[in-house]
Amino acid sequence: MGSEDVKVLCFWASPFSIRVEWALKLKGVDYEYIEQDVFNKSTLLLELNPIHKKVPVLVHASKPILESFVILEYIDETWKQHPLLPQDPYQRAHDRFWANFAENKLLYASFIAMVATGDDTEKALNVARDSVEKIEQEIKGKKFFGGDNIGYLDIALGWISYWIPVYEEVGSMQILDPLRFPAINAWMTNFLNHPVIKDRLPPRDDMVAYFHTRKKIVSPTYHDLMKYL
Amino acid sequence: MADEVVLLDTWASMFGMRVRLALAEKGVNYDYKEQDIENKSPLLLQMNPIHKKIPVLIHNGRIICESAIIVQYIDEVWNDKSPFMPSDPYERAEARFWVDFIDKKTYVTWRKMWLSEGEEHEASKKELISIFKQLEDVLGDKTFYGGDTFGFLDIALITFSRWFYTYETYGNFKMEVECPKLMAWVKRCFQRETVSKTLPDDKKVYDYVFAWEKRLKSNK
Repeated sequence: MGSEDVKVLCFWASPFSIRVEWALKLKGVDYEYIEQDVFNKSTLLLELNPIHKKVPVLVHASKPILESFVILEYIDETWKQHPLLPQDPYQRAHDRFWANFAENKLLYASFIAMVATGDDTEKALNVARDSVEKIEQEIKGKKFFGGDNIGYLDIALGWISYWIPVYEEVGSMQILDPLRFPAINAWMTNFLNHPVIKDRLPPRDDMVAYFHTRKKIVSPTYHDLMKYL
Repeated sequence: MADEVVLLDTWASMFGMRVRLALAEKGVNYDYKEQDIENKSPLLLQMNPIHKKIPVLIHNGRIICESAIIVQYIDEVWNDKSPFMPSDPYERAEARFWVDFIDKKTYVTWRKMWLSEGEEHEASKKELISIFKQLEDVLGDKTFYGGDTFGFLDIALITFSRWFYTYETYGNFKMEVECPKLMAWVKRCFQRETVSKTLPDDKKVYDYVFAWEKRLKSNK
């Protein structure tokens, strides 16, 4: 299939759109990368995703697919090589559950910890660390969540290995203590060293600079985010 | 080996209803255990320590949580009849997207409307109605969201119809006026025995919510 069949609307610093790229690259599917300015949304983005107005959007044979977890399942069902989701229904339910868990608990909490102040930072950090504790139990004794190979849950949680260390630096805080969470730290190293992943990570310096700017902008109104904890 | 299926649920929950309906569609027998969500049982806390929420499905000792995930699990395990998901990957993605949309928006917006007054109440009422108008557009002229098949998105949304009377009463509007096509779809769904036999009475849901609100307000 030619690369003109598959397009992905992305934002370079988004932990959501990169998932789609990782999945396509693992499956060896060519695609056209279309950078979006999420602060100045293009007509294309608004046309393809009028409901949520967000990246990522996968466009395959001119049809848009939205929401990164929905896109991952679509990719897995359309291109059968390097299967991402397990075959067993219980394992599939397990992966879907933990993907949502990390998204709803850890992602919000770690971002909020980065931009909040005083007691609220502590509150957010506690939620983040508790979430990591739970995920640690799931990765113990395994190289990847998918077993010997990267699978759906590795891709869904992959942002942890690269975005959280950036949040930690920008927020001068620690979430992924290697002494407390050795298994997840080992997984992070395995994940980031995978040739496909290593080859597709945004430049760290740019990430740090970007999130410093985000922190400055979001901090004055971070209270609005506390309800997500 | 006979399957052992247990469902931890509360009768008025639109999320729990999805699981009951999915099991009914597949003709699966199960042991229903009603839970008090204001006084959570040790069983519930043990089975879902992460979120402490219903519904929880326990199938041969394995625990599955989150209603949309449970419904997909049921479809994948009991795959010999009544498939919930379309076969085309793009249509499957559409169904998953809209179930995710329902789950992200509806309950949160209802809760705002329910517990607020004045401008905030009016704004969330408008938002709630627009959510259902959006879903009505998605249905279009189809019999069901699954086309001729009563599918995943039908199951995920029809349970909210048991809360329409509650939404209407608290919001002072009529779904029949705002979303006539959606209400026609509700009527069609209720012609299915699985739906009419599984889902509870909508006036009873209202009484339940009214009593709950009284308790919430008296606890303040």
